[in-house]
Amino acid sequence: MKVQNSCWCSLWWSFAIAACVKLLLIPSYHSTDFEVHRHWLALTHSLPLSQWYFDETSPWTLDYPPFFAHFEHFLSVFANLIDPQIVHLQKGLNYSPNTVVYFQRITVILSDLSLLYGTYRLTRNLDSGRRNLIQVLVIWSPMLVIVDHLHFQYNGFLLGILLISLSFLGEGRDLIGGFAFAVLLCFKHLFAVAAPVYFVYLLRHYCWRGLVRGFGRLLIMGAVVAAVFAAAYGPFVYQGQIHQVLSRMFPFGRGLCHAYWAPNFWVFYILLDKGLAFLLRNLGFNIRAPAASFTGGLVGDSSPFSVLPQITPITTFIMVLLALSPCLIKACKDPRPGMITRWVAYAYMCGFLFGWHVHEKASLHFVIPLAIVAVQSLEDARHYFILSIVSCYSLFPLLFEAQEYPLKMLLLLLHSILMWLGFSAQFNDIGVAVKATSYRKKSDSFSEDGQKAGFDIGWVGKSYLVGLVIVEIWGQFLHPLILGDKLPFLPLILISVYCAIGVLYSWIWQLRCIIRSEPFIHNF
Amino acid sequence: MGSKSKTKKGKEEKMKEIADDDDVWWWLVHKGIWVSFLCVALFALLVRVAVSLHPYSGAGNSPKFGDFEAQRHWMEITINLPIKEWYSNTTSNDLGYWGLDYPPLTAYQSYVHGLLLRLFHPDSVALFTSRGHESYLGKLLMRWTVLSSDALIFFPAVWYFVIAYYASCRRGSKSEIAWHIVMVLVNPCLILIDHGHFQYNCISLGLTVGAIASVLSDKDLVACVLYCLALSHKQMSAYFAPAFFSYLFGKCLRRQNPLFEVLKLGLVVLGTFYVVWWPYLHSRDALFGVLSRLAPFERGIYEDYVANFWCTTSVIVKWKRLFTTQSLKLLSLGATISACMPSMVQQIRDPSKQGFLYGLLNSAFAFYLFSFQVHEKSILLPLLPATLLAIEEPFLLKWMMLYALFSMFPLLYRDKLILPYIALSALFLLLFHARNRSQDERETKPLKTYVTTFFLLCAFILHVVYLNMQAPHRYPFLFEALIMLLSFSQFVILVIYSNAKQWMLKRETLVVKEKKLL
Repeated sequence: MKVQNSCWCSLWWSFAIAACVKLLLIPSYHSTDFEVHRHWLALTHSLPLSQWYFDETSPWTLDYPPFFAHFEHFLSVFANLIDPQIVHLQKGLNYSPNTVVYFQRITVILSDLSLLYGTYRLTRNLDSGRRNLIQVLVIWSPMLVIVDHLHFQYNGFLLGILLISLSFLGEGRDLIGGFAFAVLLCFKHLFAVAAPVYFVYLLRHYCWRGLVRGFGRLLIMGAVVAAVFAAAYGPFVYQGQIHQVLSRMFPFGRGLCHAYWAPNFWVFYILLDKGLAFLLRNLGFNIRAPAASFTGGLVGDSSPFSVLPQITPITTFIMVLLALSPCLIKACKDPRPGMITRWVAYAYMCGFLFGWHVHEKASLHFVIPLAIVAVQSLEDARHYFILSIVSCYSLFPLLFEAQEYPLKMLLLLLHSILMWLGFSAQFNDIGVAVKATSYRKKSDSFSEDGQKAGFDIGWVGKSYLVGLVIVEIWGQFLHPLILGDKLPFLPLILISVYCAIGVLYSWIWQLRCIIRSEPFIHNF
Repeated sequence: MGSKSKTKKGKEEKMKEIADDDDVWWWLVHKGIWVSFLCVALFALLVRVAVSLHPYSGAGNSPKFGDFEAQRHWMEITINLPIKEWYSNTTSNDLGYWGLDYPPLTAYQSYVHGLLLRLFHPDSVALFTSRGHESYLGKLLMRWTVLSSDALIFFPAVWYFVIAYYASCRRGSKSEIAWHIVMVLVNPCLILIDHGHFQYNCISLGLTVGAIASVLSDKDLVACVLYCLALSHKQMSAYFAPAFFSYLFGKCLRRQNPLFEVLKLGLVVLGTFYVVWWPYLHSRDALFGVLSRLAPFERGIYEDYVANFWCTTSVIVKWKRLFTTQSLKLLSLGATISACMPSMVQQIRDPSKQGFLYGLLNSAFAFYLFSFQVHEKSILLPLLPATLLAIEEPFLLKWMMLYALFSMFPLLYRDKLILPYIALSALFLLLFHARNRSQDERETKPLKTYVTTFFLLCAFILHVVYLNMQAPHRYPFLFEALIMLLSFSQFVILVIYSNAKQWMLKRETLVVKEKKLL
């Protein structure tokens, strides 16, 4: 009881500190997503349910699933009390005085409470060291601050639901965990990448109990999930709008890559294509320059690649599934609650690396759950350390104005130092100290081993991070000095490519780790 | 190298700390105090950058604007005019429009910052045409000059202080030291005034902290130089003069050759001033021209609603009507001197490092309460030693910080800084109470809790009333006056308490000595 009390206490404390900083950040730059969410407040408030997915007053049409629309509807009630113009469909367009900014920013801060609860559920049974670490990694995540509280989105809230779901699964309460995940899918469909993992895991862990009982459980689970989806989509099916809803939610007309290339596999594919085209052209082949660009929203029929085959959404879909398959097989063979967080994070990683039109923000989907995994073993901590820094750095182009430059820098630096301190306290010094006390009378070699096993990312990791610093210095200072206005996208491409190396390496490591997952059992 | 015993000791300490399960901050401090300082400093910088996103004083408020425009105007003047014209009214320097009224070091600092601004954004400091200049880049560059001054002067000074303080005055566990650093660096009042309202207090206060640290590490000459620099940056640093004087004087008296020691210090002081003020020492007129700019007696004994003695008692006694400015000057001088006398006497009689810190608090408080022409922002000066004494006097710090914030509330309201005001107050309280409970838990007297809750409730109600209600027509400044009264009453209690503490300190040390003799 006392332990749980102190857990809540320190959690609330971290949350409150973060909330204070987030409050201070209210007047900072926000992206067009801010107006998107404002418009959704107005849309859900002033139109009946049947017109939510048809409205075209603003270019920012509703493209999230119905639960999120209901969430906006709920918020719009308070918005209406504060300033009715916020929720006015026409007059509210691009309306951004202080009331709107304060209101919307504070809703994001408050909606992070779900993240708080998720973290509480996941950490309440851990020792205080791990608990503190997870709090630092999740509640004080600089990525969440950058994406949610500067750029403006509600990822903290959604990831909170994911963490709640994972915590239930981790405790073996599969039904309610599955329910939470179904709810999450009806908030944001991008989370569906992990659905295969959930499906296989729940099937094997929850339903595989003999024929009759198993079938009964399958029915129960199916009924629960179906009920959630019916609650979300039922009204639209009833009104015959489900096609419109789905076409809004899955706009495949967009390109393979986002305007700024997310650091994923396709960066290498594009680069390879460019390189090959350049090479072949120099060898005398006649290579047509592609008509379409990667970054433009419109792809049309022509391929943006000059040499390599075109990529379609189906290709990316198959590639994601292929990448997922080892994990699915593992989950099928040996469904262990202790592994589910890692599997889900891995699934989001696959989606991030091979998916269609991936946003750099999607890296949040795996970095936050991996924080839970990172405290389990030293190896995980080392990889998380690099992955977290790289993913956070890859978000930097989101905040391109000078005003936010020191903010993002300080956030990343502070996060790195806290992470380093936390991990080394968890794995290095306690280990050494414990070993020193228990083996002091034995040989000295033991303590030396302890030292070697401490938290250290190795020279490869270190030089990779130094490279990150060089990329940043090049992009910010040397590039404008040396090249001036020429090749304006080079720094961004450099960031993408460099971060993609890190993410890809991390993915391979996770894959390896999942395939030979036996050695990690004893760490639980 | 070759400090095996030291590392052994370190390891033993570490083990002790591991054993101490209550120390929840162990993970943050286990790599040594240097890393924790870096951590806290980064966090403090983050908070400062976040506050600097908010409006500054007089933003968009033509034609006079506010302190932001004053600082920008000084940069404009100093980089465009020869040094001799900076303080004099000429055709190109209209002293009526934010004329320089700080000592030369501020002018030099403006010159350096002006050069930086001219490099990146020449329009923002062009002579004449840049008046009232407000642009995205201009604001950003100005904000960054404060940030860099803070990071380059105040932060290293605090680091120096921490080292000196824990080497000479007391021992503390690592997490306690870290908490102390947090209390000094995340000082909401200082952050709000420097990075919100817009001023460069971090420079003069940083120099003062450096001087204090030098005193604590027995480098008196360095202390004199740093303190003279602080004085030449902002004349308000004189609030600390009695404490520096009495401690150093008292210390000299105990040396073998008092006269020589005093002479040495005096020469260093004069030398520093001579260097800093050199451009204005060529003639009497030039020197007095500058000095008259520094002492704006014509502005009256108080301005606005500041929670000091003159302003508060003016509700009953109309000082401005009863006395001439001349006699008020003498009156306030006498009151100030008599208010800091007890602390000075104590320090001359028995100079001690701990007592010196209390002396700083008491003399700065005396100046704040009784001197001529005090501004709300001057509460930063007594607040500084209070933060330095955080470990000794946690309750005093908390109480003083809350009411210092409260006394600046109307000012910050005018600057539209209410949001950072709320966020920073909450942040301060959260960080304040993050101190390890085991050391913090004491018997709380019910009377004390009732009284403190009552006063806090009053303050809270006044906040709400101030934000939501219009003052009656007959008394348009009623709420300001109430805020001032409440803050003043708390400050008086605090100043009596801290004076008493300083005198008790002597007895305590005496008791220790007697015990040793026994």
